[in-house]
Amino acid sequence: MSHLVLDGLTTRFGGFTAVDAMNLSVGRGEFVSLLGPSGCGKTTTLQMIAGFVEVDGGGIRLDGTDLVSVAPNKRGLGIVFQSYALFPHMTVAENIAFGLEMRDVPKADRDRRTLEAMELVGLKGFADRYPRRMSGGQQQRVALARALVIKPALLLLDEPLSNLDAKLREEMQGELRQIQRSIGTTTILVTHDQHEAMALSDRIVLMNQGRIEQIGAPHEVYDRPASAFVASFLGKTNVLAATGDGEGTVTVGGLVMPLPGAGKGPLLLAVRPERLTFAQAGEPGLEARITGRIFQGAHWQFSAESAAGALTLMRGNDGAAVPGEGETVRLRFSAADAAVLPAGAAA
Amino acid sequence: MSGLVTQRNAPFLLTGPALLVFLGLVIIPLGMTVLLSFYDWGQYKGIVPEFTLKNWIEVFTDSYFFEIFMRTFRIAFLVTLAAILIGVPEAYILNRMSPAWRSAFLLVIIGPLLVSVVARTLGWALLLGSTGLVNQGLIALGLIKTPLEFMFTETGVVIALIHVLIPFMILAVWASLQRLDPQIENAALSLGAGRITIWRRVILPQIVPGILSGSIIVFALAASAFASPAIIGGRRLKVASTLAYDEFLNTLNWPLGAAVATLLLVALVLITVGSNRLIERRYAQVFE
Repeated sequence: MSHLVLDGLTTRFGGFTAVDAMNLSVGRGEFVSLLGPSGCGKTTTLQMIAGFVEVDGGGIRLDGTDLVSVAPNKRGLGIVFQSYALFPHMTVAENIAFGLEMRDVPKADRDRRTLEAMELVGLKGFADRYPRRMSGGQQQRVALARALVIKPALLLLDEPLSNLDAKLREEMQGELRQIQRSIGTTTILVTHDQHEAMALSDRIVLMNQGRIEQIGAPHEVYDRPASAFVASFLGKTNVLAATGDGEGTVTVGGLVMPLPGAGKGPLLLAVRPERLTFAQAGEPGLEARITGRIFQGAHWQFSAESAAGALTLMRGNDGAAVPGEGETVRLRFSAADAAVLPAGAAA
Repeated sequence: MSGLVTQRNAPFLLTGPALLVFLGLVIIPLGMTVLLSFYDWGQYKGIVPEFTLKNWIEVFTDSYFFEIFMRTFRIAFLVTLAAILIGVPEAYILNRMSPAWRSAFLLVIIGPLLVSVVARTLGWALLLGSTGLVNQGLIALGLIKTPLEFMFTETGVVIALIHVLIPFMILAVWASLQRLDPQIENAALSLGAGRITIWRRVILPQIVPGILSGSIIVFALAASAFASPAIIGGRRLKVASTLAYDEFLNTLNWPLGAAVATLLLVALVLITVGSNRLIERRYAQVFE
């Protein structure tokens, strides 16, 4: 049974529809990311679940009960804010214990659970510190402990790692995932960082202009983008102009290849840079002229011009010689690595 | 020229002009006032530059002066209290308004400061007089039979001073509200706190510095206010500043007036610095 269900969820700010008839069901213990560019409605969706933004249409159900009619302070959800929103006049322990205090948990029980929460996030011994005397990463842990100590039905994370530096962010990602696994709380993460979404989530919900573009496991969404938007937003991608004959064969520049399910007439194919390979001598391929070459240590990145459009491709650095700028090469890709995009959907 | 300015003397050269102005316009007159309070004075001999504690003994022993100082600080305290009770919620509401409404209401709030103190206080005199708008209205509504006494009473002075001084409280509190994390109320809400608890446990402790600085400004200005007590309090209801004025300009007993003025200054400094210390220690964490 689904744990959290968003059913045609809609909200408007004035005449602008911020979230448009959104449907989503999240399983118990699942980690789902709402990913999209700024203004796509992902934070608004989170705030509707939290109860901070009014719902104009549709419903939110948690374990089958309606959540919209419940006051935000009675929903019992754990939220980690982008700015952490810690109480600066309270110590770490007081911050964490606040939610328990609001629930009238007896003092002894409260102290024990606060201590447990601090251990869970690795903040043992910080009980009497004030947030202002702590680093960003430590404040982030306090915010997480404060949200988790109330044993929330749902953990909502609003860009929780965006204020940390790159190295710390990576560290916290691993830790966040491990903590979430160990306690098994259903989690919704809002982020604009695709790497974060891919690294943490069981499923990614890609949003654009208030609508869901695609829902799926990170590798599914990456490998089989449902639209040009998804293909271009998630990682780098090449959009190639091709022509289909309606019988399962497409022509991309000089390359004729079988592609089951491709339609008739002009169509667009999305192929990831790392899935484009150089053709062996004598093999047919899409002719392209290398216009740029960047060495990145573990791999080479090429840019090229072809009849099907400008391309980017990657090649692992295996020590072999690589083509230089100005050279003409022939490229191939396997049918399984090409996603057919809806016609006319330009990125 | 550049050789004259060194690392060591640059701060002094840069602050010098301001220091000179401050010295000439504040420190020297103040020092002369303090000195004056130790001079002798007689009905027929005038001011005699001889050292005497006579004025100070008179100020401290005569119950007449005690009563006036008590009244001054009672008025200042009531004005400050009212400014907190009205100004803090007002600042909070202002902070939650949409930008367009906020700028309109900011103008309304700062409005009193744009009008001359005398004109504004005379306006209050018109409103509060025995045949003024307030009394006529209350009588018309049948709430009272005889006009209430506002003019020449402490109530009248307090009302006029609240109006004049409340912008200082609102602006100070508003400034500290703007420093709050915009998500902090939502954070408390998500943890299960109700509106009142959020106010008491989360918002209020964080705006204490704003309330304190607003209170110090309001208290100091109320205790040393002259125009409002002079017009609404009149000759009958004296406060420290009108008392000093009368000693200087009516009795012509400058040394006694100087003693009163000096005492008012010293008392104000002690009260504000003392309460500042007390509250800063109590809320040390939010003052960083």
